[in-house]
Amino acid sequence: MSDKILLDQGSGGLASHRLVADVFFKHLGNPILNRMDDAALLNASGPLAVSTDSFTVDPIFFPGGDIGALAVHGTVNDVAMLGARPLYLTCGFIIEEGFAVADLERIVASMGQAARKAKVRIVAGDTKVVPRGTADKIFINTTGIGQVLANPAPSGHRAKPGDAVIISGTLGDHGLTVLSHRQGLSFEAPVQSDCASLNHLTLKLIEALPKVHVLRDPTRGGLATSLNEIAQQSSVGIVLDEPAIPVSDVVRAGCDILGLDPLYLANEGKLICVLPQKYAQQALTIMRRDPLGRQARVIGSVVADRPGKVVLRTGMGGHRMLGMLEGEQLPRIC
Amino acid sequence: MTSSDPLRDPARCKELLAQIEESVKGSTLRFMEVCGTHTVALFRSGVHSLLPKSVVHLTGPGCPVCVTHESEVAAYLELAGKEGVIIATFGDLMRVPGPGGASLKKAHAEGARVEVVYSPFDALAIARDNPGDKVVFLGIGFETTTPTVAATVRIARQEGLKNFLVMPFHKLVPPALDALLSDPDMAVEGFMLPGHVSAIIGMEPYRPLAERYRIPAVVAGFEPVDLLQAILLMAEMKRQGKPKVINNYKRVVADEGNPKARAIVAEVYKPVDALWRGIGTIPLSGLGFTDAYRAYDAFEVLGVELKASKPLPGCRCGEVLKGIMRPDECPLFGKACTPAQPVGPCMVSTEGSCAAYFKYQIDLNSDR
Repeated sequence: MSDKILLDQGSGGLASHRLVADVFFKHLGNPILNRMDDAALLNASGPLAVSTDSFTVDPIFFPGGDIGALAVHGTVNDVAMLGARPLYLTCGFIIEEGFAVADLERIVASMGQAARKAKVRIVAGDTKVVPRGTADKIFINTTGIGQVLANPAPSGHRAKPGDAVIISGTLGDHGLTVLSHRQGLSFEAPVQSDCASLNHLTLKLIEALPKVHVLRDPTRGGLATSLNEIAQQSSVGIVLDEPAIPVSDVVRAGCDILGLDPLYLANEGKLICVLPQKYAQQALTIMRRDPLGRQARVIGSVVADRPGKVVLRTGMGGHRMLGMLEGEQLPRIC
Repeated sequence: MTSSDPLRDPARCKELLAQIEESVKGSTLRFMEVCGTHTVALFRSGVHSLLPKSVVHLTGPGCPVCVTHESEVAAYLELAGKEGVIIATFGDLMRVPGPGGASLKKAHAEGARVEVVYSPFDALAIARDNPGDKVVFLGIGFETTTPTVAATVRIARQEGLKNFLVMPFHKLVPPALDALLSDPDMAVEGFMLPGHVSAIIGMEPYRPLAERYRIPAVVAGFEPVDLLQAILLMAEMKRQGKPKVINNYKRVVADEGNPKARAIVAEVYKPVDALWRGIGTIPLSGLGFTDAYRAYDAFEVLGVELKASKPLPGCRCGEVLKGIMRPDECPLFGKACTPAQPVGPCMVSTEGSCAAYFKYQIDLNSDR
């Protein structure tokens, strides 16, 4: 096999088959995928959660992960946030002609590893190769299917005044890692992406605490955006206690230099849990026992005032709005 | 977000707030900050929400994007999309609206080559990688940003790099303060002076504030305690009728500033008259290339000129920048002009006064 991906390998012919066998089956293979029928035959009953996401991250390799691991974690987490046990994933690859086969294999191996860790199976896939210049290296789409276990399922519409808002750990790690390793940026902070599948943690939460109202992973747009969405969906206000919000020193310093706000940076291994105040301590205990929730904290509460808005109580006791961003965060000038 | 830092200590802040309240008793004071980082810090820390109602803190021309004149915006937009030109810019400028709703973001979507950089050195690297193109760096910013740009131009000359150009839109703070204070509409009673700019220029350029205009001024840092101390110092000077210029940010700002940085700037640039949005021409408030560095002037090399351009219709950014109008007093604020559809630049930049107001202010109908 050539050490670069060729257009032939997306043709559906022999070259495609070799690529599928040598790379995809090798790392992702399982009895359902290996049957190679036009569609995967699955058994499921009861309510299902389905989510799809496309991954175009640049750079494709970054400290703490890569586009492959992210494509698994991201979709697993979206399914898990509905109080579901993620079972199956499908994946579609769009690869730029000339992409290094070694890099593809590294990405697919990383997907396999992430899927095994999350205990999900990749049951269907597709590969397209497009001419050089018509896609940036590699794009991956994954769709996840999971069985909903919580009844009623957690939802952004269910936050109630009096609920506590919990975050499972430090914020902004993934966003700053990716931004600071993007080409052309002469700033490299010693930060690492937090990307991880949260489904084992969410399962523990919903099994022990059927009263969980909302689970959400604050990915693009960060904590601030996710909480605004919840406040709007549930028509409630959310008041946050700024000093309680965990941000690592490295992320804070990096954000200061670049003029970014960690509360708007993406996370890929964190979850927001909203539930009645009286269960907050129990939720914290469960989260802190899990490696992905060691730094879990209560960061605020849901109120009836100012529906649809998120207000931040600052360290010195002042208040300010924590709104949604218009577009992407732009680094400031001075 | 720990508050073990004494500069963020809530108890100390409370104490300072009480002292400010005591000091301003019975009087109404209008202070102004002239630094975008202060604008954001005053909101983000919650200082605005805690100040007594009688202390009004206005936002002056401290955001480099906001003061960039519409003619300057039109000039760089004219270059974007030209064959063989790559625009390199700080991200803030991407969304700034120009004539007919144009912006760099739109130009980029239409195929113009626009690169967002975090430092002029990144722009230099783009120039090295694209020897067949002219890379035009948009040199906006105050005294803080200029030394790095000047140093980059110097490196370009040392390397004999001929395709790196700068549009010098740099602005100088002291002439702007002078212009504000000479404006009869202005009613500011104290200036919170920028921390980073002062670290470069030192204290000397501010002397006329106290001596000529009899206005208290304090160089301040960016932590909550820094901000409150500066406000208290201004209030106290006002109460005692003894205006002075105080350096309250000594941990960063030396009284003599940074002569080395100034020397680099003086080698590459010379003061020239400059256009400020909403204010107009302020004598010697900008920088142009010295003769030795003319080959790096995008205006000269590419034959671009600043043309008279109409102000954006309905936009009152000028009055906001002069502190005559609060952002939410502008009839367009939050209605026709939002971060999604900015009419003027003050709504675009993260440090713009209108954008900060829109983003952080809790009750837009309150008195502050």
